[in-house]
Amino acid sequence: MPSRNERVWRDNFAELKGPLRREEARVEASRCLYCYDAPCVTACPTHIDIPRFIRQIAAADPLGSGETVLEANALGHSCARVCPVEVLCEGACVYHDWQEKPIQIARLQRFGTDAVHARGELPFEAGPDSGKRVAVVGAGPAGVACAAYLRRLGYATTIFDRRPLPGGLNTFGVAEYKMDRRTSLEELKLLFTLGASVKTGVEVDETLAAKLLRDFDAVFLGAGLAKTRALGIPGEDLPGVLDALSFIERVKARDASWIGSSTATVVIGGGNTAVDAATQSRRAGAQAVTLAYRRGPDAMSAYDFEVALARADGARVLLNAAPKRILGRGKVEGVEFARTRTARGKLVEERATFTVPCDRVIKAIGQEKDRSLPALFGAATNPDGTIRVDPRTLRTSAPKVFAGGDAVNGGKEVVNAAADGKRAAWGIHLALVPGARPGPEDAYWVSTIDGRVVAPVQERTGAR
Amino acid sequence: MKKKTKPDLSTDCAGIKSPNPFWLASAPPTNSGAQIMRAFEYGWGGAVWKTLGEDPPVINVTSRYGAMDLGGTKVAGFNNVELITDRPLSVNLKEMYEVKKRFGDRAVIASLMVPCERKSWHDIVLKVQDAGADGVELNFGCPHGMSERGMGAAVGQVPDYVKMVTEFVKEKSKIPVLVKLTPNIADVRFPARAAKAGGADGVSLINTINSLMGVDVETLVPKFAVGGKAAHGGYCGPAVKPIALNMVTQIANDPETKGLPISGIGGISTWSDAVEFLLLGATSVQLCTAVMHHGYRIVEDLEAGLRGWMKRKGYARLSDFVGASAPSVVEWKHLNLHHKTVASIDPDKCIGCDVCFIACNDTAHQCIAIDRKKGNRKPHVVQSDCVGCNLCSLVCPVDGCITMTEVKTGLKPLTWEQYAKNGMKGYTKVYESH
Ligand SMILES: Cc1cc2nc3c(=O)[nH]c(=O)nc-3n(C[C@H](O)[C@H](O)[C@H](O)COP(=O)(O)OP(=O)(O)OC[C@H]3O[C@@H](n4cnc5c(N)ncnc54)[C@H](O)[C@@H]3O)c2cc1C
Ligand SMILES: Cc1cc2nc3c(=O)[nH]c(=O)nc-3n(C[C@H](O)[C@H](O)[C@H](O)COP(=O)(O)O)c2cc1C
Ligand code: SF4
Repeated sequence: MPSRNERVWRDNFAELKGPLRREEARVEASRCLYCYDAPCVTACPTHIDIPRFIRQIAAADPLGSGETVLEANALGHSCARVCPVEVLCEGACVYHDWQEKPIQIARLQRFGTDAVHARGELPFEAGPDSGKRVAVVGAGPAGVACAAYLRRLGYATTIFDRRPLPGGLNTFGVAEYKMDRRTSLEELKLLFTLGASVKTGVEVDETLAAKLLRDFDAVFLGAGLAKTRALGIPGEDLPGVLDALSFIERVKARDASWIGSSTATVVIGGGNTAVDAATQSRRAGAQAVTLAYRRGPDAMSAYDFEVALARADGARVLLNAAPKRILGRGKVEGVEFARTRTARGKLVEERATFTVPCDRVIKAIGQEKDRSLPALFGAATNPDGTIRVDPRTLRTSAPKVFAGGDAVNGGKEVVNAAADGKRAAWGIHLALVPGARPGPEDAYWVSTIDGRVVAPVQERTGAR
Repeated sequence: MKKKTKPDLSTDCAGIKSPNPFWLASAPPTNSGAQIMRAFEYGWGGAVWKTLGEDPPVINVTSRYGAMDLGGTKVAGFNNVELITDRPLSVNLKEMYEVKKRFGDRAVIASLMVPCERKSWHDIVLKVQDAGADGVELNFGCPHGMSERGMGAAVGQVPDYVKMVTEFVKEKSKIPVLVKLTPNIADVRFPARAAKAGGADGVSLINTINSLMGVDVETLVPKFAVGGKAAHGGYCGPAVKPIALNMVTQIANDPETKGLPISGIGGISTWSDAVEFLLLGATSVQLCTAVMHHGYRIVEDLEAGLRGWMKRKGYARLSDFVGASAPSVVEWKHLNLHHKTVASIDPDKCIGCDVCFIACNDTAHQCIAIDRKKGNRKPHVVQSDCVGCNLCSLVCPVDGCITMTEVKTGLKPLTWEQYAKNGMKGYTKVYESH
């Protein structure tokens, strides 16, 4: 008999959207209208040629389909699992205008990349050695995508990451029921066959930063965001108060001591990370889970479908509740909230308070920006702490330094980071080989019918 | 008030009567008496027995069938390398007698194929007549296997043989004789005329079309092979319907065979498929692939559909409409050169897939445009340049979104024949803004 722990993993953290069977894929692929200048392609930040890869599946060429995906998006294997497609490709599908279900683009994409993985061989090779070296800080989606395209362009590439495993939040943050850690690591293993050297467990500090600037021809910063913001209320130091990222990280590590270790959890925040933490708390066995958010439902940045999942899992959503104090003697016993309302666009707290009893508090009110790392490389930041870049090349104010991903966009999705990595690789290539022309593998724009260039589309994304 | 009577579906095809025009074609669905009786219970009007031959019976191979799927659609086309019945003649005859005894009102037609000798044909015709068959169908169509033995399509492809064998049969037969034609021939009117000249009471068509289903690109072995080797087979199913319809119409409209009863076969799956054959001149229809796909039960929908349509149209019996559409099928030279249609796209229905745009721009007449303002994806037709070819409306996935509308040119109709006769004069361009 499986242990309780194993059962929880098997039953509660199993993949929500499984793979398509071959005949399902065939039927679904043949529903695709093969739109010309398709809106899904515009909606995808990496501009994968979606109708093409779907047609390849319909034509029984899954490997070719996987190649089309990975050509445009080095992280296409994980994107197929973790992308919020409802607001990206599938949200743009013309079937919506027809009052019909959109094509299951993500699951078809997975069908293609799964085929590549089953074969265990990338459809691409490293480019001829350019004689130049690039350092990549951060082995998250942005850094890994950048490294993959740099290798294809022939740059000797070294990736540094402070964590013990590569993948950034793709390995440590994405909910297990969307993609498990093993899948993220498998994807990276295959991408690293292009020949990037990966140094994990290495913190890029002042000394190393200086060395990188000296020894490498260019540097890409894909360091993501920093630690979770503090609530700044009394009781925050009590045992039982933790931040969402470390909670999720420990869940993903399948740490047995976390199963059923809380009976009542309060998650504070209104973004997707908060909602993920609430869903996962329920799935890890907490009987009462309250997701508490300061403002009303419209202000929540979490996607509706994520909130719906949390609710379906039995989490209670408490709106217009501002945390005032974490109560408890020696450990968390509850959270005191003030009711709020919005008056003339401003959040007003009422005087009366109420308490939600709990034995755990998870803070998820967003992550801070890492202002120190760009400073080490002489890259200027915006007032909000994001790194300032040229949107076409992703070059920072420091000529040798490029940046992308959460550190630049302030925290979006894996696919945005992957798109940035690709764009920056091309930016670096242009900087190091002036006048270089984009080959097909470097094209990150989609030209439309009238030859217009679709620059990075304004994605309708929520915030973490 | 108009009296509402149930439309009468009964038919008389070449003297063979049945309560409705739906017959099972000679094929696996009519292999045995037990099967045919089950089919009759479901309501089939007639059955053409799986082709009978001389003993010893043939030996079949495995596998025998192949299919072509299109996208998510199974069996858009069907292929077989099956021969005629592999059961002893005496068993089939005994069962035929029993079927007739139990279902006297249904048509039981014996499909026959024996070597091209007078005696062989005389013998078998007398036997099936004794067994109670309502008619015979001479299988001059089977394109594989039997044709290599000088039967089936080997006969059907030579009009003189068609006539000769038909004559052999007519010498003995007291029941109506249908000749089943092969489509594997340049002009189907010739064997049809030969059948008529030989005294046939009617023709049935089409039998299957020579086909090879494909090659497995992994193993390099032809698809649906028998132990690694494949022989060409016979193709049928939904994909062949337009070919069958054309051949039926050619015979219906040929002055030499006009009026010769036709049993229409090929790709019929629904009641409306059947109606199309009737409208083009058939007086009964035969089905095989659709039954092999879904079973005998489909006859219930066929009947209901036909009856409903007849009611809606005010037809009391089949003869009210049989052949009604055949006169509208003419030679190209009789088409009106001054007829003009243009496409228009309904922006309310359009979903912006732009499939019509790329089709017209790459391969038709470059007259669909997209006004890209404010992210608009909906195309429109530049009607002054449209030649009305239909392509856009065919590729559009949305029902009724792209319509072809007639534009009155005010010009007198002009056919190629008249134009040529006038010394190539009198044509006014209709495809530039009028
Ligand atoms: C809980 C959670 C769930 C999420 N779920 C989804 C989801 O379902 N779908 C989706 O598309 N997106 C999701 N996201 C967002 C997505 O994970 C991020 O947008 C994406 O990972 C950003 O990639 P990145 O490469 O910019 O940064 P990261 O993934 O954060 O990677 C940055 C890497 O840099 C390393 N690093 C930082 N500083 C240093 C240093 N000084 N020295 C060495 N290494 C350093 C870090 O260790 C880390 O590995 C989620 C985010 C969170 C927090
Ligand atoms: C498996 C199979 C076996 C057939 N055997 C015969 C046969 O023995 N005699 C015959 O006249 N036609 C035979 N046919 C042809 C059918 O009677 C019919 O003409 C043809 O299938 C076209 O009709 P459909 O499109 O409805 O299938 C066979 C067809 C199939 C698929
Ligand atoms: S009918 Fe033909 S020519 Fe006219 S718009 Fe459609 S595709 Fe183009």
